[in-house]
Amino acid sequence: MIAVQDLCVQAGAFSLADISFRVAPGHYAVLMGRTGGGKTVLVEAICGLRPIERGRVELKGREVTRLRPAERGIGYVPQDGALFLTMTVHEHLAFALRLRKMPAAAIARRVDELAEMLDLRPLLARWPHGLSGGETQRVALGRALAAQPGILCLDEPLNALDHETHAQMCVLLKRVCRQTGVTTLHVTHSMDEAQRLADRILVLERGTITEVPVAAPASPSGYEGGGGSRDMDAARPTA
Amino acid sequence: MNSRSSHPPAEAPDAPAYRPPSDLPFFIALSVISGAYILLIVLLLVADTFYTSWGTIGQALCDPAVRYSIALSLISCSVTAVLSVCVAVPTGYLLSRHLAPASRDLSPRQAGFRRGALVGLNGIVDTILDIPIVLPPLVIGLSLLILFRFAPFRFIDRYVTYEVPAVILAQFMVACAFAVRTMRVTFDQISLRREQVALTLGCSRGQAFLHVVMPEARRGILAAGTLAWARALGEFGPILVFAGATRMRTEVLSTTVFLELSIGRLEVAVAVSLLMVVAALVVLVVTRLFGLRESFLKGMAL
Repeated sequence: MIAVQDLCVQAGAFSLADISFRVAPGHYAVLMGRTGGGKTVLVEAICGLRPIERGRVELKGREVTRLRPAERGIGYVPQDGALFLTMTVHEHLAFALRLRKMPAAAIARRVDELAEMLDLRPLLARWPHGLSGGETQRVALGRALAAQPGILCLDEPLNALDHETHAQMCVLLKRVCRQTGVTTLHVTHSMDEAQRLADRILVLERGTITEVPVAAPASPSGYEGGGGSRDMDAARPTA
Repeated sequence: MNSRSSHPPAEAPDAPAYRPPSDLPFFIALSVISGAYILLIVLLLVADTFYTSWGTIGQALCDPAVRYSIALSLISCSVTAVLSVCVAVPTGYLLSRHLAPASRDLSPRQAGFRRGALVGLNGIVDTILDIPIVLPPLVIGLSLLILFRFAPFRFIDRYVTYEVPAVILAQFMVACAFAVRTMRVTFDQISLRREQVALTLGCSRGQAFLHVVMPEARRGILAAGTLAWARALGEFGPILVFAGATRMRTEVLSTTVFLELSIGRLEVAVAVSLLMVVAALVVLVVTRLFGLRESFLKGMAL
């Protein structure tokens, strides 16, 4: 679960004030809004990469407002993937596990699992240099999911992809999030992407969050939240 | 007259033909100016080479004083380069990530005082780090000499001043400033985003620095080390003042050139100069090769 309450964040001259929303466990929330509207700032604040002035952030029922990014249990995929230039794909997938000092056999098992899930097997020995856009994002996703975080934050992850890869990645994202049961916050400015993926669509506009209904086929189970309210608790039971 | 819907629009009349001036003079000017400078550098080296002979170089190499100065130069420059990198990496990182006002997000509440303080601190630190670069080398040597007249430096003065440690300290004072500049630029160019991703993956600041930033900075580190090494090799003024030019004790290659010149042995001075040229070239080539090998490996992407 992601619960943001009366959040105030400052980013240079730009600021977000009194932002509140909730994403129920296992849901896929898409955060939309104009470029420069503060979507990235909000995601960074949730990830702990920006100091929070006021308000609180709860992830999986635990308050993390003042915790360091490493302690929050978040997987983060930024816009360009931000792969580590000096590591192979295999090392990317193993990175978070090595930090946690997991035994080598367990790391190998988990890397294999991730490679299978994200179709990365043929790429394991490759370096980030020379990977295509879709491959880069799959590696970034695998790296973020490796330590089995409860929350996944995706900041415009599909922006630089061609039409076909974009569609494939949408299917993959949806499948992976279902499979892992991770609560996801996905930032985009594409309504099409939002409709394909979202259980809920949140729109950040002029410093306020509103909810937009999801088209029926994308969310078969429906949602019962009220559009336009600032604090939108998804009424759907835990997925 | 409404022909727009039924006929395609008439083609716009041709603008008068226009020919921009030729690009040739521009390229000729560029080539002549840069070519003249490059030629001057090459001619310098060629002239040196023709002035001396293998015999003279061999003779110079046999001189125990010259041998000592070669050994001391190689050792002191290497120690200086390593020390400079050890200092430049943390200092450059601090300047790039934590002291630059742009890297911090401050609220309006904090903006007034804290931003002001940060801008001020950044400016002061930056200026201090520039001092060894802009100060006349002799003044640095003199200042070192004066510094060791005061406690607590005074207590170790007799182990340092006019001894080998003075050579290294004199080289380090200048070389390190250049290494810090190089490392700062290196860290400025490394995306903050990858470091942030590492933080979310479970890294502490130190681990993110160690696992993500440092490996990406290795070429910058190599460049900083090379630059420091080369600066140290060329250092003369501060060494002369602070370490003296005692044969078989504090004599390095630059001092040898000076000593040989002062006793009128121009050929030996030139021979030793050529040795320095060769050493500098070797360092440059090794750095280039290392850089190329790395980019080649990355390009292959296995």
